[in-house]
Amino acid sequence: MTTDDIILRVEGLHKSFGSTEVLKGVSFTVRKGETKVFIGPSGTGKSTLLRCINQLIVPDAGRVYLHGEEVTHAGAKINQYRAKIGMVFQNFNLFDHLTAVRNVEIALIKVKGMKENEAREKALFELRRVGMEDRADHYPAQLSGGQAQRVSIARALAMDPDVMLFDEPTSALDPELTGEVLEVIRSLARAGMTMLIVTHEMRFALSIADELLFMEHGRILESGSPAELATSPNFERTRQFAGRFAEL
Amino acid sequence: MDQIAFIVEILLPALWGGFVVTLGLIACTAPFGVLIGAAVAVGRVYGNRPVQYLCRAYVTFFKGCPLLLLLFILYFGLPSVGISLSPFVAAVLGFIFCNSAYDSEYIRGSIRSIKEGQFTAGLALGMSRAQVIRHVILPQAMRRSIPGLVNEFVYLIKYSSLAYMITVIELTGAGKMVATRYFTYNETFFVVGLVYLFLVTLTTIGAHLLERRVSLPS
Repeated sequence: MTTDDIILRVEGLHKSFGSTEVLKGVSFTVRKGETKVFIGPSGTGKSTLLRCINQLIVPDAGRVYLHGEEVTHAGAKINQYRAKIGMVFQNFNLFDHLTAVRNVEIALIKVKGMKENEAREKALFELRRVGMEDRADHYPAQLSGGQAQRVSIARALAMDPDVMLFDEPTSALDPELTGEVLEVIRSLARAGMTMLIVTHEMRFALSIADELLFMEHGRILESGSPAELATSPNFERTRQFAGRFAEL
Repeated sequence: MDQIAFIVEILLPALWGGFVVTLGLIACTAPFGVLIGAAVAVGRVYGNRPVQYLCRAYVTFFKGCPLLLLLFILYFGLPSVGISLSPFVAAVLGFIFCNSAYDSEYIRGSIRSIKEGQFTAGLALGMSRAQVIRHVILPQAMRRSIPGLVNEFVYLIKYSSLAYMITVIELTGAGKMVATRYFTYNETFFVVGLVYLFLVTLTTIGAHLLERRVSLPS
């Protein structure tokens, strides 16, 4: 492994909301093509962590580097960094007044300065990738949750990001719709996309993660490969947490 | 006296000039009312502290000031500080201040009703705040504002008659002159009223078509 492989470096992130300290010093590095999955109880700072990476939430302390360039304190350049960091939200956050294909192409036109026809071609390509090409002209209100989330993944992918952040991508979906979204994320992993995923889907986490990171009370408590989960002492607290799911 | 003949031969031709002036007042006011209203609303929601206070002061002042008083100040008051406006310009200015203040409130409410997540998603894609406001928030907020903006447009049609008080001979003024000259208050103001009703009805139909055209599937 060389340092060139490191896409993202996160150092000592702290964040408080009022008197509540949500992140208490989180650090890790992400290599190209790696999938890191964050698990842990709700309210332990996993979503805040993802939002600090692209500065949607400005951390109180700590630094984030993308390809060695500092994203924190980037000033006006932050928009350029955000364009390279794809993000998928729990509630999809599609633009309600735009069709699926317009949702995907708008940032290509406004941020990347692509021409309309060029952007349309790219947008349709990305929709095909997530199996949504036949819904290109549908508005968000006409899509199921799973379809909407696939469009939002296509929207993020269209920017050709260096890393994708998934913030509980299936938490707002009916159980029967989560499969189609998880399948899309799996296909991205196979294609070598670098990803950070926050999820409560334990089985999915185990099957896709290169590294599993268990967060609690604003810290990464335990981490390692999924293979280590069952046996390693690194994962005592995680097993206790995951066990509650296994019993269900 | 043949009332029909009076209406057709004397009243309607005499009202025509005033009718055109009324249309002119409305046409010069409404677009700027909406534009400035949108700018003020954006300033109040997304501006920094000073901008927010400035926009709030604008709305408070022009919502609080009786329109007639505002017109008097613009037309009779400003010349004493060296600014002389024609009656028409003074009227349009006053209407724009009033119209935009109210429009901004409808638009502000609509902006607030757009789910926060869309703003976040726009930023996450690398758009600037201005781009998100322009391409994501406003297209939706303006759609939701249509009923309110149409309301204000209807008010504008009717309060445009206040321009008469600063010597603009618009529809009501033209009617007043005919009525006084021929002593036909009832016939004249009845017809004038019908013309306003006609304009309001036309607006309502137009608004309905516009709303249907820009509506999103739900």
